[in-house]
Amino acid sequence: MSENTGTQRIPMAKAINLGLRRSMERDDKVLLMGEDIGRLGGVFRVTDGLQKDFGTTRVVDTPLAESGIIGTAIGLALAGYRPVCEIQFDGFIFPAYDQITTQLAKLHYRSRGRVELPVVIRVPYGGGIGAVEHHSESPEALFAHTAGLRLVSPANPADAFTMIQQAIASPDPVLFLEPKARYWDKADVDVTAADQVLDLGGGNGLHRARVVRPGTDLTIAAYGPTVATAMAAATVAEQEGHSVEVIDLRSISPIDFDTIADSVRRTHRLVVAHEAPVFFGAGAEIAARITEQCFYSLEAPVLRVGGFHAPYPVANIEEDYLPNLDRVLHAVDAVLAH
Amino acid sequence: MIQSDIHGETPHVGTQDDDLIQLLTVTGERVHHQTYSSRVAHLDTEALEGLYRDMVLVRRFDTEATALQRHGELGLWPQCLGQEAAQIGSGRALAAQDHVFPSYREHGVGWTRGLDLRKVLHQFRGEDHGGWDPAEHNFSLYTLVIGSHALHATGFAMGVQRDGDVGTGDPDRDRAVVAYFGDGATSQGDVNEALVFAAVNDAPVVFFCQNNHWAISEPTERQSRVPLFRRGSGFGVPAVRVDGNDVLACYAVTQEALERARSGGGPTFIEAVTYRMGAHTTSDDPTRYRSRAEEDYWRTRDPIDRLRLHLVAEGTAPEFFTALDAEADAYGEQIRDYCRSIPKAESSRMFEHVYAAEHTLVESERAWFTEYEAGFATEGAQR
Ligand SMILES: Cc1ncc(C[n+]2csc(CCOP(=O)(O)OP(=O)(O)O)c2C)c(N)n1
Ligand SMILES: [Mg+2]
Repeated sequence: MSENTGTQRIPMAKAINLGLRRSMERDDKVLLMGEDIGRLGGVFRVTDGLQKDFGTTRVVDTPLAESGIIGTAIGLALAGYRPVCEIQFDGFIFPAYDQITTQLAKLHYRSRGRVELPVVIRVPYGGGIGAVEHHSESPEALFAHTAGLRLVSPANPADAFTMIQQAIASPDPVLFLEPKARYWDKADVDVTAADQVLDLGGGNGLHRARVVRPGTDLTIAAYGPTVATAMAAATVAEQEGHSVEVIDLRSISPIDFDTIADSVRRTHRLVVAHEAPVFFGAGAEIAARITEQCFYSLEAPVLRVGGFHAPYPVANIEEDYLPNLDRVLHAVDAVLAH
Repeated sequence: MIQSDIHGETPHVGTQDDDLIQLLTVTGERVHHQTYSSRVAHLDTEALEGLYRDMVLVRRFDTEATALQRHGELGLWPQCLGQEAAQIGSGRALAAQDHVFPSYREHGVGWTRGLDLRKVLHQFRGEDHGGWDPAEHNFSLYTLVIGSHALHATGFAMGVQRDGDVGTGDPDRDRAVVAYFGDGATSQGDVNEALVFAAVNDAPVVFFCQNNHWAISEPTERQSRVPLFRRGSGFGVPAVRVDGNDVLACYAVTQEALERARSGGGPTFIEAVTYRMGAHTTSDDPTRYRSRAEEDYWRTRDPIDRLRLHLVAEGTAPEFFTALDAEADAYGEQIRDYCRSIPKAESSRMFEHVYAAEHTLVESERAWFTEYEAGFATEGAQR
């Protein structure tokens, strides 16, 4: 079977790789840039083999400077290219924070729509891999707070394959947050998917949430690395007689509130789980909006499970920082007990 | 000529030997240098044996740490293998009051500062984000965000200036600051801004760049089209290029730069041309991007071998080397034992020292966590 057809059981890293390949084949303006993405194939091997096949002008090993990567990507986008930038680890996006928030996010607005910035920034993010400092961060709220940026995060290989292509097709800048702890989780991916995957709205749209497990008693909304945790929690809860619905948000900016509200009107209870600190996190925004929209449907306060207001801790205690299965179940119990 | 075949015929920046300051050849012969020989003239056999011992013990530490990672005792290890001369030579030129801002591979420099290197293991065992008190040995914590600390070093040097500890002529008072970073780091905005700030302020700071030819998988020519030291002049910072595998030359050029800084002469940029003989870290696989031939070439330029050749030729007795081997073996055992005995961090530690003064949010989360943990101890058993 050819690499590019049929259904394959592949890990998320490979699914993104194939999605990148597909986008590069489809549009020769698409180019990849980042540190160590060429011959090494990236530290997570997501770009493995692409420099070999597309050459050094389309798969660029950049100098070690994140502000330079994003700043020149902006210039390339203004010149008609579609740069897909890799930031090696979440904690190293900050040298580029200025370019992302003051320039990338705002040029379309400032030009009153005259210029488009189809730049994708791929960021392996989240913890759970036993790494040293700055390699386990979840900085999404910092970027979600900036108008002009879109933020998405796939939770499984099939979505990763589709969503990376949709992100590249987007006329706007997209932060593509890759849950690094899930890079090696395998699942079936239909890599024959044709150009309809590029649909940015509609049922298969980049920013649509998805009910990944139906339930009746409570909803857990999660994205990226915590979707699997939420699914595990739903399985445990079922054994205890509770039917838990799980929503994979897939998108953090915008958030598909309609899908969450629809679920909450049926289940009347909501828990939000993410690795990022809960203080000023995505869960806070969801809790507020759902309370506004579904106040009379709710039978319990919306609870958030996530990181603490503390720097991401050392590897040997990260399990207690992360919203693990026990922490999610604890919140589920608390909400059900109301 | 070592070449990268990714980007055509460009030779590795840093393998052309012109401009390179060298006092000890690959085969262990002393060479005369008009400016720098005098700076090592006072180093007698005992001092040279001391430098040799430093390098051997640091290499043993590094090798043990690598093995500990392989055995699952460390999460990750960034080796300094091959860079011992650059680190020991420059580190031994420092005075006690000088202050160092390292990146993450400067185990050899830490050694020269008197840091118990075993403390470095805590960070890479996933038990600490630091591991030592920066003030104790004037050796700051490792910095993993490439280049950030070049600015910290510059600011620290500006503080030294304001304290009046520059240009007094008192050798126990005048201080310099050194920032250590790699070839890749020279591309970061922070490093370039540090050079700007240091230059305009005449800050007593030395930028010690170890050009080990690689930034993970990227060869130095992905960062620069000219030898890195040439960057200095554009900033108005005097710069030198030294054989980074020559411990004597590294000592000499660093001593000169430190003297300039301490006396009020401002910053210096040193490019020490060396080689990362190991992987980037234990997570890395260099066979994906560099050739065996290149590694073999640099193995013939091992910084420890050349000093050994020199010492042997100068008559150091075999007993010195045997005794040192025994010392290294004993040290290795201490490292292994110590590493395994590092206590596991308490989970509650994540709430400690988030702020210097009380912060109500941290306190309430800490309280919640304590109660949660306690409840889990009883309730969790039922689940
Ligand atoms: C700001 C930032 N970007 C990326 C990284 C990931 N990273 C860690 S080490 C490294 C290469 C550093 O190369 P160099 O400066 O030459 O130092 P060396 O590792 O060779 O000592 C990279 C890209 C990082 N730590 N910080
Ligand atoms: Mg390097």
